[in-house]
Amino acid sequence: MQKFTRHTGRAVPLRRSNVDTDQIIPAVYLKRVTRSGYEDGLFRAWRENEPDFVLNQDRYAGATILVAGPDFGTGSSREHAVWALMDYGFKVVISPRFGDIFRGNSLKTGLLTVLLPDSAVSLLSDTVEEDPSIDVTIDLVEQTVSWADQNYGFEIEEYSRWRMIEGLDDIDVSLRHVADIASYENSRRPWLPAVS
Amino acid sequence: MGKTLAEKLWDSHVVRSAAGEPDLLFIDMHLVHEVTSPQAFEGLRLAGRPVHRPDLTLATEDHNTPTDYTLPLIGTTSIKDEVSRTQIEALRSNCAEFGVTIYPMGDAEQGIVHVIGPQLGITQPGMTIVCGDSHTSTHGAFGALAFGIGTSQVEHVLATQTLPLDRPKTMAVTVNGELNEGVTPKDVILAVIAKTGTGGGQGYMVEYRGSTFENMTMEGRMTYCNMSIEWGARAGMVAPDQTTFDYLQGRKHAPTGSDWDAAVEYWKSLRTDPDATFDAEVILDATTLTPYVTWGTNPGQGAPLGDRVPDPAQFKDAADRVAAEKALAYMNLQAGTPLREISVDTVFVGSCTNGRIEDLRSAAEVIEGHRVAPGVRMLVVPGSMQVREQAEAEGLDAIFRAAGAEWRQAGCSMCLGMNPDQLAPGERSASTSNRNFEGRQGRGGRTHLVSPLVAAATAVTGHLSSPADL
Repeated sequence: MQKFTRHTGRAVPLRRSNVDTDQIIPAVYLKRVTRSGYEDGLFRAWRENEPDFVLNQDRYAGATILVAGPDFGTGSSREHAVWALMDYGFKVVISPRFGDIFRGNSLKTGLLTVLLPDSAVSLLSDTVEEDPSIDVTIDLVEQTVSWADQNYGFEIEEYSRWRMIEGLDDIDVSLRHVADIASYENSRRPWLPAVS
Repeated sequence: MGKTLAEKLWDSHVVRSAAGEPDLLFIDMHLVHEVTSPQAFEGLRLAGRPVHRPDLTLATEDHNTPTDYTLPLIGTTSIKDEVSRTQIEALRSNCAEFGVTIYPMGDAEQGIVHVIGPQLGITQPGMTIVCGDSHTSTHGAFGALAFGIGTSQVEHVLATQTLPLDRPKTMAVTVNGELNEGVTPKDVILAVIAKTGTGGGQGYMVEYRGSTFENMTMEGRMTYCNMSIEWGARAGMVAPDQTTFDYLQGRKHAPTGSDWDAAVEYWKSLRTDPDATFDAEVILDATTLTPYVTWGTNPGQGAPLGDRVPDPAQFKDAADRVAAEKALAYMNLQAGTPLREISVDTVFVGSCTNGRIEDLRSAAEVIEGHRVAPGVRMLVVPGSMQVREQAEAEGLDAIFRAAGAEWRQAGCSMCLGMNPDQLAPGERSASTSNRNFEGRQGRGGRTHLVSPLVAAATAVTGHLSSPADL
């Protein structure tokens, strides 16, 4: 995972609630066995069927921050949703509330998901709609989102924050505890199922 | 102070706990399928890591597999889609390389991952079970802590048989009362999501309690727990009881002899202590519920079958109003239309939500002696090859065929647009699956989530109906 400390970029407002991961990337793209190149599937149906969909608007081209409505990333556990957003160029998604699995996936993969209150998300969306060229800065060290004269703090699980700032692989961290794992394994109940 | 069931399950799996870090949780069983695993196996390969516990890892093929093949199969030639075929072949070679047991397409034990675990007796009370699939919550019906994970976590479990996790909060959903005739666990969960929103269980491990759950069969509990994720919950569970033990006894991987006695003794301790407290509680009365169907594009946009398509203007919350407007436009529905007047092109009975033997029995009972309405296509897809075999032994396949329905091989089928079973653009279905998202059953397809009873009655009339309408 790449280290994440601070990111400044332009934002695009996605004024929809309950954007499930089927909308972020439809199932047909999940048949691949590769780990990259999912940008073509991102919001595929909306990009194709809605000419004025935000990602089809030139004024938002090159945006790296997605400002979404509440309950972004609900539904299917597909990590491809995170990969598609990152492959497309997004570094940060801001929403008042995320689907649990999507949020877990994002923080493990290096896409920063930032929780801001409804009012702040609305204000940021209004601001960006008025002037898409405005710079928005997300500082993970300071835990702030700022633009123009606005500055909001946000909460994030300390461990996830630390891992993102350090760019650490979870597996390496857990493998430091092989002795604990072995000791737990020796204490498991004997009747528990095994398949081989 | 006492502990809740969820806390007992959590605490008994903590490998390591340290201040400021997530708990490292041991995973008793890791279920794997072809869609969310290839990149995880590739990660192991690149890092030179083995699968730590192949004996606690079980793979099957379900999402991509067609359901219209004939046996015996020759290789993967019945998968016409080249990309799907490649993914299935990748799972097979990964399992061979890493020593993981797999039940491939055509195998007598193959089926939807959440159907075969319980059926094999692999899903047991007190376990932690994960899978790269959000409907893993199904296994909570046995009093297990079961939840869906992403591909990074799949790789983590393959490498270490553990996951670092922060303990979610706990919630109790208490539902009391007897269900009315024609009302199923599917209707209860659709009603709960409609009443409390798709984020109602967000961030919680939820225990389902009360007489309604106590009186449910294991399969009913599985249907209910399956859709926990549609309500945002991290996990859903029901405390194990005699119904659970009776279901498990004699299954392939269930304990036997003195192990069985010891296991039951332990399983009986898996109950929330009387003095334990939950972080949140929801209480509902089941006795007033009627069959529920969805009208919109998320599982929370549902209403009793006797209602009308709602008027978006009547939603108080602005976001709900916009969502309802968008949903009606996508679904091509007019506010005020009685739900019973909505005609469908396709009826789908199956999925990890409602593809078990009891679901097929109840649909068959409704449709027996009737015909599928002209112009309607009905797919009946058993959740596993074992369910298929059992249904055929009971003559259910003959009932479905005689009614004009298609009797198919096991798989995820029309629950999601990944295999050949899909809606065409603009087509409308009544579906026993779990998600009515835009395009979920095929691009431009429109989905109404229903129970198996409503599905069967709808197939007969051609418009959303309950068995009482026949």
